Amino acid sequence: MSQSAPAILVRDLRKSYGDHEAVAGVDFEVATGEIFGLLGPNGAGKTTTVEILEGYRQRSDGIVSVLGFDPQQRPRALRERTGIVLQSCGMYRHIRVREAVEQWAGFYPHPRSVDEVLEITGLSDRPDEPARSLSGGQKRRLDLALALVGDPDLIFLDEPTTGFDPAARREAWATIRQLQELGKTVLLTTHYLDEAQALCDRVAIIKEGRILTEGPPATLSASAGRYRVAWRDEHGIAQEREEEDPTALLHQLTSAALARGSGIEEISVTRPTLEDVYLELTADEVDEVV
Amino acid sequence: MSAAALSWRQYRLERRMFWRNPAAAFFSFFLPLLFLFLFGAIFRDSQENLDIIVPGIAGLSIMATTFNALATQMTFLREQGVLKRIHGTPLPGGSYLAGVIGSAATNAVLQIAIVIVAARFVFDIGWPKNWVDLAVFTLLGITCFAALGVAFSHVIPNFEAAPAYTNIVFLPMIFISSVFYNVDVLPQFLADIAEALPLIHVINGLKAALVTGAPLTDQLSDLAVLGIWTVAAVFFAIRGFSWTQRD
Repeated sequence: MSQSAPAILVRDLRKSYGDHEAVAGVDFEVATGEIFGLLGPNGAGKTTTVEILEGYRQRSDGIVSVLGFDPQQRPRALRERTGIVLQSCGMYRHIRVREAVEQWAGFYPHPRSVDEVLEITGLSDRPDEPARSLSGGQKRRLDLALALVGDPDLIFLDEPTTGFDPAARREAWATIRQLQELGKTVLLTTHYLDEAQALCDRVAIIKEGRILTEGPPATLSASAGRYRVAWRDEHGIAQEREEEDPTALLHQLTSAALARGSGIEEISVTRPTLEDVYLELTADEVDEVV
Repeated sequence: MSAAALSWRQYRLERRMFWRNPAAAFFSFFLPLLFLFLFGAIFRDSQENLDIIVPGIAGLSIMATTFNALATQMTFLREQGVLKRIHGTPLPGGSYLAGVIGSAATNAVLQIAIVIVAARFVFDIGWPKNWVDLAVFTLLGITCFAALGVAFSHVIPNFEAAPAYTNIVFLPMIFISSVFYNVDVLPQFLADIAEALPLIHVINGLKAALVTGAPLTDQLSDLAVLGIWTVAAVFFAIRGFSWTQRD
């Protein structure tokens, strides 16, 4: 498989449970070396999609290729090249941090150094701590360490920072960016918009088993939304207008202001954030997201 | 690493995990030995009774260390997502299970060894009379009950329910399977049920091995029933095996 082939290719993926179609025709590609985000409310089909790519679930229909393999066949060669952080996942009650990472390293043909993995996941100061006594955030780091120790080319992260405090999230983000610097491909799911915006080269917003929109976080905002122009008029009243193209409005405002011989108070031209796009697209799920 | 080497690594991990969990180690390891010494003390004056109890406890030990331990352990690991996590790694499923079942088998063999030593030095039964019987019935008993334990873990809905589910099978089976007294004291219908279940046949075989020294050819009906159970148990253990918790 050549470098230019996508790491992940998904075409018209479907998964039904009885009458319910949890994934209803999803298409996307993830390029090698890319951080791709699947974004959506709970129950949107993110985890089902990812678990099909990971080989945990069988698809009902469609084409799926992960590093050139069909994950449904569960080829060992594929599992040797992927690292998986599941959404919630326990560990042996009596295993210690370093012991767990060493055990996992033995599953892979070319593992990374255990010390190095403990270092980058911030666990090197507690190698002998039993896994069960780690805090929530530390457990998540252990999950990441176990996913990284095999030196995978592709890493699946299912809601990697849920339950993290803000500082821990920033650290996790730095670790994930580091993976990209190493040339790894990352597929992550999240319901944190700032996480998607901070990390992802591209995101797909998924709802009710369908992708609503897809693209780089910045252009996604731009394509879905308009420019929002806000200012305070000559009577001191706040005004706000949305424009596909704000050129004419700005010209009008600045000409009027120049004619009056005064400035325009508090003018701003903004574009919708990923959050605005997301909330608009997933409108009836707002309660779950906030 | 080869599948065999991976099994060995998994086996070593399972041994460490086992001894770090004193409660589980107690229940599947020391409890049968406690039974052995308690019942041994109660019936110390009756060699006839000891001849029943010693192989009976040996059979009970095989069941406790394999069936009870694996049903409970698999339920826990499945519910916690440890099995799911392992399933996402390149570790072959067969190597994983070989390590886990090998560890349970080690406990069973250790207990049989302790029972043999106790039989010689505490209960005046002497060394085993027929080592072939001993090897065959220990191995077959371990295989049968280990597979039954793995298969049964799929019936148990969650870890909290595991002790209740295993004991509802284990306790009646040990009471009717000639562990503590000869099966002929039972009413006929209970004796018939016992004969249809695997444990009594393991115990019959172990009695031949430890007490009477009867040749393996005298135990063909025990071998047949146990063989059928083992084939069925292995089939259901593999066929029904699930790495993930059903919601």
